[in-house]
Amino acid sequence: MLCKDLVIIGGGPAGLAAALEAAEQGVKDVMIVERDSGLGGILQQCIHNGFGLHVFKEELTGPEYAQKFIDKLENTGVEVLLDTMVIEITPDKRIFAVNSRIGVLEIQSKAVILAMGCRERTRGALNIPGFRPAGIFTAGTAQRYVNIEGYMPGKEIVILGSGDIGLIMARRFTLEGAKVKCVLEIMPYSNGLTRNVVQCLEDYGIPLRLSHTVIDIHGKKRVEGVTVAKVDENLKPILSTAEFIPCDTLLLSVGLIPENELTKMTGADFDASTQGPMVNQRMETSCEGIFACGNVLHVHDLVDFVTMEARLAARGAAQYLKEKDGSCRGTKVIAGEGLRYVLPHAVCVEKMLDEKLNFFMRSTRPMNKAKLVIESENGIVKTKMLSYLKPSEMINIELKKSEIEKAEGHLKFILQEEGVLQ
Amino acid sequence: MYDVVVIGGGVTGCMIARELSRYDIRVILLEKEEDVACGTSKANSAVIHAGFDAKPGTWKAKMNVRGNALFPGICAELDVPYKNNGSLVVAVDEGEIKVLDKLMNQGKENGVPGLKIIGHDELMKMEPNLNPAAKAALYASTAGIVCPYEFTVALAENAAQNDVEFRFNSPVMEIMVQNDGFIIKTPHGAVKARFVINAAGLFSDEISKMAGAEEYTITPRKGEYLIFDKNFGHLVKRVIFPTPSEKSKGILVCPTVDGNVFIGPNSNDIKDKTDVGVTREGIEEIIEGGKKLVPHLPLSGVITSFAGLRAVSNTNDFIIEASRKVKGFVNVGGIQSPGLTSAPAIAETVIEILKEEGMDLIEKPGFVPTRPRKYRFREMDNAMRQKLIEENPAFGHVICRCETVTEAEIVDAIKRPLGAKSLDGVKRRTRAGMGRCQGGFCSSRVLSILARELKLDPRQITKCGPGSEILKGGYKEFIAEGDENKFLNAQDVESLSWKGGEASVM
Ligand SMILES: Cc1cc2nc3c(=O)[nH]c(=O)nc-3n(C[C@H](O)[C@H](O)[C@H](O)COP(=O)(O)OP(=O)(O)OC[C@H]3O[C@@H](n4cnc5c(N)ncnc54)[C@H](O)[C@@H]3O)c2cc1C
Ligand SMILES: Cc1cc2nc3c(=O)[nH]c(=O)nc-3n(C[C@H](O)[C@H](O)[C@H](O)COP(=O)(O)OP(=O)(O)OC[C@H]3O[C@@H](n4cnc5c(N)ncnc54)[C@H](O)[C@@H]3O)c2cc1C
Repeated sequence: MLCKDLVIIGGGPAGLAAALEAAEQGVKDVMIVERDSGLGGILQQCIHNGFGLHVFKEELTGPEYAQKFIDKLENTGVEVLLDTMVIEITPDKRIFAVNSRIGVLEIQSKAVILAMGCRERTRGALNIPGFRPAGIFTAGTAQRYVNIEGYMPGKEIVILGSGDIGLIMARRFTLEGAKVKCVLEIMPYSNGLTRNVVQCLEDYGIPLRLSHTVIDIHGKKRVEGVTVAKVDENLKPILSTAEFIPCDTLLLSVGLIPENELTKMTGADFDASTQGPMVNQRMETSCEGIFACGNVLHVHDLVDFVTMEARLAARGAAQYLKEKDGSCRGTKVIAGEGLRYVLPHAVCVEKMLDEKLNFFMRSTRPMNKAKLVIESENGIVKTKMLSYLKPSEMINIELKKSEIEKAEGHLKFILQEEGVLQ
Repeated sequence: MYDVVVIGGGVTGCMIARELSRYDIRVILLEKEEDVACGTSKANSAVIHAGFDAKPGTWKAKMNVRGNALFPGICAELDVPYKNNGSLVVAVDEGEIKVLDKLMNQGKENGVPGLKIIGHDELMKMEPNLNPAAKAALYASTAGIVCPYEFTVALAENAAQNDVEFRFNSPVMEIMVQNDGFIIKTPHGAVKARFVINAAGLFSDEISKMAGAEEYTITPRKGEYLIFDKNFGHLVKRVIFPTPSEKSKGILVCPTVDGNVFIGPNSNDIKDKTDVGVTREGIEEIIEGGKKLVPHLPLSGVITSFAGLRAVSNTNDFIIEASRKVKGFVNVGGIQSPGLTSAPAIAETVIEILKEEGMDLIEKPGFVPTRPRKYRFREMDNAMRQKLIEENPAFGHVICRCETVTEAEIVDAIKRPLGAKSLDGVKRRTRAGMGRCQGGFCSSRVLSILARELKLDPRQITKCGPGSEILKGGYKEFIAEGDENKFLNAQDVESLSWKGGEASVM
């Protein structure tokens, strides 16, 4: 059995940033366990530009962004185990992993950072009727085929869901000579960043059909077409609007789900709305000494925030490894009206790592203008006016330690809409 | 000249082929799809029924009870997971309780052991997630669950090991009756045989007609299903039926032997024998049905849906008989539910029929009753895993993350007798791609392994046989000549993406 101070599960941007930060904080014996044959996680297949605007103030491709971290890792003494999949973790931080070289590894760690990323929602989760032929892919899988394997999974494509990966793939397919017929979105607004809608669809004349969904998939061996229909306010298809669109491929870009199978083994408490663990101000789960960051915690739209969150988790782990009393409970954070969730879920002021703390949240619906109100049992802590909010774009707000200190009982975040999006 | 040709590689045909492989005869099985278990045998409830549903005296009743008794032994022999978890027919009112009594008596008449009526309190203790309105239930201790495609594949593998030939992508198109036997035509040539066993499932009526044997009709009756994530595998422990109607056993809530839970099937007569599409109405119907048994269904945990077609004959019973019109032709048609359970008994019966029809069946000395060992990494302890990885490092390479399937298991599935040739073939043999991400992660990796092992171009790899190729083309293949510069400065365009985030407040 191996003994480590800190094991990081997953070597994507979250795991990489956490490892570097931990090394910088002086944590010895740090190990990254990654199941893939290379580091970088999902960024390896994101060959488009635009990563790193916040962290590096420059525009990088996914692999370039990851490489910046990988290069720095070399002189840190952080151990990296590639091609190694963690299959089990216990609440007392014993980790079991497998690879071809060693076999089954048993590692006892003093602290753990979970950075396993997420997976894509599938057709099953949506209950789309019809046949189950070849030609139905999630957008990320298609991205892998095109950008990593060098094959085209489709030629005539309909995309269901306007998540960012789907939008990026709409353009990617078009550039590769395939025909993207349309992007369908069940909600009355796009689920991706506005810029992606403009630059990936509008610039290429690809129609985005809002309030539309797929109600049937045709073709017994390979997709031959889909029937699409408009939906009403309750998202129920209006059958009289049904229309057949011939295509050989249906791409799904309908959301990501944090990959928390291992986290569940630790017994940590979960947030039903993020589908990730609950964490405190240092990204520690309710299972002491086990931290989480990146997409495993909540789905991010920007990798820069993943990096920031991972650094926080690493500093949290460093603090945990040094302290005598590991317990870290504190003021509860509540997501109120207008918000789907707020992270972190609790703040223990005495153990705050900085004089300030960032809170991340998502609105429940698009809002043109809204007032964010943060209140505690003894009154309003802070308010802020926000504009152009969309559930797909994360809100980030900073509170000073002094503001949090004053709050009694809990911190409740509320989003009050002022005016409606046309 | 073959002694026997079996038409159809479902559980019925494969079980018959496997039992025939005990004897010193030449047997060939013809299947229209690219693999065995591509028809009804891959899409059903997978329940090894106790045998109380069928009317006494019917083929269904006899075959079910006998099949149930034979099942555990065959599964043990062929290393197929089988779980004897028992079943419950749940009654919610007085009228239904009366039906339970009737079912119990019918079961006793059919010779079903281990039946008893259970009251509300005990029932809720056995199945805490059940609808509290449940008043009583008929418990059948001999019912069980199995994986129907794994079972069918195992039978086929074992038959192949014992020298039964299999020909895939070979739909029977014509049957010519001759003095000394039959000529059976497929697109890949003809086969001569003395005896024909028609186990063509939904198409057995057409095959019977082709040979000029007795006419009957098969109507497809669709059953749809939803499967839940393994995280909800504890929802029920036993097979839970509602009180049955005339037409079907009703919509059940049922665990699978692999640890998932499903709801379904409904029961609707349709016209097209190939229509296994799932419908919106169907999904609603089974959710409603499932909720009657387990009110709190984890609907957000659905991972996939599918449909299967029951081959319902106009006699509403199995048709297992030698043709009186065409000597040497044996019909095994109308094998609807409980056809899976009955398969071992049906095969026994077919062998008796062949003997009566004058076939000499002499056991051959070299018959091997077991198949090559199958490794299931996810079910092993770590010591065993370590040992295997030391012997074969490919056991240390996990390909399917949801179901923990290793590269070694996938290669084995391809290289075994009657090995997998497609993604679905690998899936049915290893479960790679059957978990919560439904192949999102592993399918491209499995595709590469298939291409490597079968020495094919990745573009030739299919989901389920010709016409279902996964990839449409290679890199740049679709960019028409002269069009390379259509999107001038594509690089610049790419670089504009994903700048978002400005809208959020820092
Ligand atoms: C398909 C896709 C496209 C995206 N495109 C963009 C974009 O264009 N721009 C942008 O800013 N953001 C994009 N994002 C968002 C951003 O890149 C992600 O938020 C970020 O990559 C998440 O980082 P992560 O480290 O949490 O997860 P990941 O990058 O997913 O990394 C997780 C790592 O953990 C490993 N792992 C998981 N389980 C185990 C285990 N049991 N054992 C060992 N290792 C394990 C995985 O192999 C993986 O390497 C995209 C996200 C996805 C999913
Ligand atoms: C919804 C549903 C639920 C069920 N639940 C249960 C249950 O819980 N328990 C139980 O015991 N039974 C159950 N059954 C019944 C059971 O699934 C079937 O009885 C059994 O699978 C039938 O097997 P088969 O081999 O006869 O047919 P199939 O599996 O359909 O096999 C027939 C094969 O013949 C091939 N074929 C057809 N035409 C030709 C041709 N011209 N040339 C060559 N090959 C051809 C087909 O491709 C197919 O592979 C259920 C059935 C359904 C539909």
